[in-house]
Amino acid sequence: MSEFLFLFRGGEGKTLQQSPEKWQVHMQKWMQWMGGLKEKGKLIGAQPLTPTGKTVTSNKKVVADGPFMEGKEMVGGYLMCNADNIDEAIEISKGCPILEFESGIVEVREIQQMPGSN
Amino acid sequence: MVAVLTRIFGLQNIELAEDVVQDAFAKALKEWTYAIPENPAGWLMTVAKNKAIDTVRRQRYQKEFAADVAPLLKSEYTVQPVIDKLFMETEIQDSQLRMIFACCHPALNEMEQIALTLKTCSGFSIDEIARALLSNNEAIKKRLQRARQFIADEKLQFDIPLGDDLKTRLDTVLNVLYLLFNEGYNSGSKETLIRKELCEEAIRLSVLVTENKFTSYPKSFSLVALMSLLASRFDARLDENGEIILLQDQNRSKWNYDLINTGLNYLNKSAEGDEICEYHIEAAIVAQHSMADNFEETDWNQILELYNVLVQINPSPVVSLNRAIVVGKLKGTAVALKVIQSIDGIDKLIEKNYQFPATLGELYSQLFNYKEAKSYFEKAILLTNSPAEKKLLQKKMNNLLNIEKQ
Repeated sequence: MSEFLFLFRGGEGKTLQQSPEKWQVHMQKWMQWMGGLKEKGKLIGAQPLTPTGKTVTSNKKVVADGPFMEGKEMVGGYLMCNADNIDEAIEISKGCPILEFESGIVEVREIQQMPGSN
Repeated sequence: MVAVLTRIFGLQNIELAEDVVQDAFAKALKEWTYAIPENPAGWLMTVAKNKAIDTVRRQRYQKEFAADVAPLLKSEYTVQPVIDKLFMETEIQDSQLRMIFACCHPALNEMEQIALTLKTCSGFSIDEIARALLSNNEAIKKRLQRARQFIADEKLQFDIPLGDDLKTRLDTVLNVLYLLFNEGYNSGSKETLIRKELCEEAIRLSVLVTENKFTSYPKSFSLVALMSLLASRFDARLDENGEIILLQDQNRSKWNYDLINTGLNYLNKSAEGDEICEYHIEAAIVAQHSMADNFEETDWNQILELYNVLVQINPSPVVSLNRAIVVGKLKGTAVALKVIQSIDGIDKLIEKNYQFPATLGELYSQLFNYKEAKSYFEKAILLTNSPAEKKLLQKKMNNLLNIEKQ
């Protein structure tokens, strides 16, 4: 059993928000996907992210607006869950509503266990 | 509203739920001074829902909310949809039922169960509860405090038990609701309004139990039947001075026939299935009286048959006593007396429970045996705590003395 992080990229969040009905329908799908994970005790957490932010760079700690990325590279949110292995994690990720869109990408990453007692 | 909010915040945060409801009402008081919205209930619900979302957002990392929805409350993806869902009509009723079950947890004592039910399910204030239960604010506060502490300590879950646990818990719930009803129906309190509210709340909550598919057992329906039929007599039972009017003397035009019809409907519904409980029989007995145009035309044979069944389900001395009275209607007072004298432990019962000497007094006066009647009435007066009962017994004794003089 490991923990996995899903990073969501792309999707059409902005366009969807124009239409309240479509937005509702879309959010219901998030509810279903996450609700299902919760029922199985696999959901750890998830949050959407605001589209703008700041970057802090190097030991000079330069603060700038950004990151400025193409829509499809921009991280829009994350979800953390438990899974037995990456294959299971991948299966889980396929249920993510962001994948309804051509531009939707889910990056599946395993949490690295640091050295220490195992 | 408290029930729905508790579903979100968890039983351990029930006071938070009550605070949010308070806030919603406070807001209503302020904003409704000029215009009351078309749908006041809907308005309040919306305000409560928005406050719930705000509260969750502010406190979701400080407080632990209801275990089964906590992860969804923490995520911005799902906090609004999950709260929206719980505010839907079917979910609201479900939450209310969970609340009744939580308040009637068997580990709490009866007074705690009743006080908690009145506070959280029925929205009574501490003051109103104290007046309804003939207690004082401090005592009620203590009971509520103890009940809440128990809930927090045991980390009680806000759900309806399943399987066998459900049946046992349902029995407790129905018992508490019946007790609640009796507090309103038989109370010695002079406050008619509050007593009526108690009866109405007991009925309302029992109806909720019948509307949920997990708890709609025949016995649930039979309890609603019993309460409705009894409540139909509410306006005819006391005169302007607050004195008791016996069934034989009640003005039946003051009976509430809507309630009688409701009661009979529920009695019919409760006949489906093959389980019979006390409430069934008691309701059927009350129904017999409700269907008679006057006391003389009551079907005593039918009632006796019902008592014969009731005595088997609940062989308590009081049931035997009431059965004996019916026997008396059919076979004469002397026979009734014999039946009563043969009740197990009758000598002790006469000294402990006022109903026994009161009944004996009544029967002896029917036989013109004034000496016996008087002594039993005196005993009954000493044994009862109810001022209304005392007055009634005193009146009977005075009647006796008047007849004696003549």
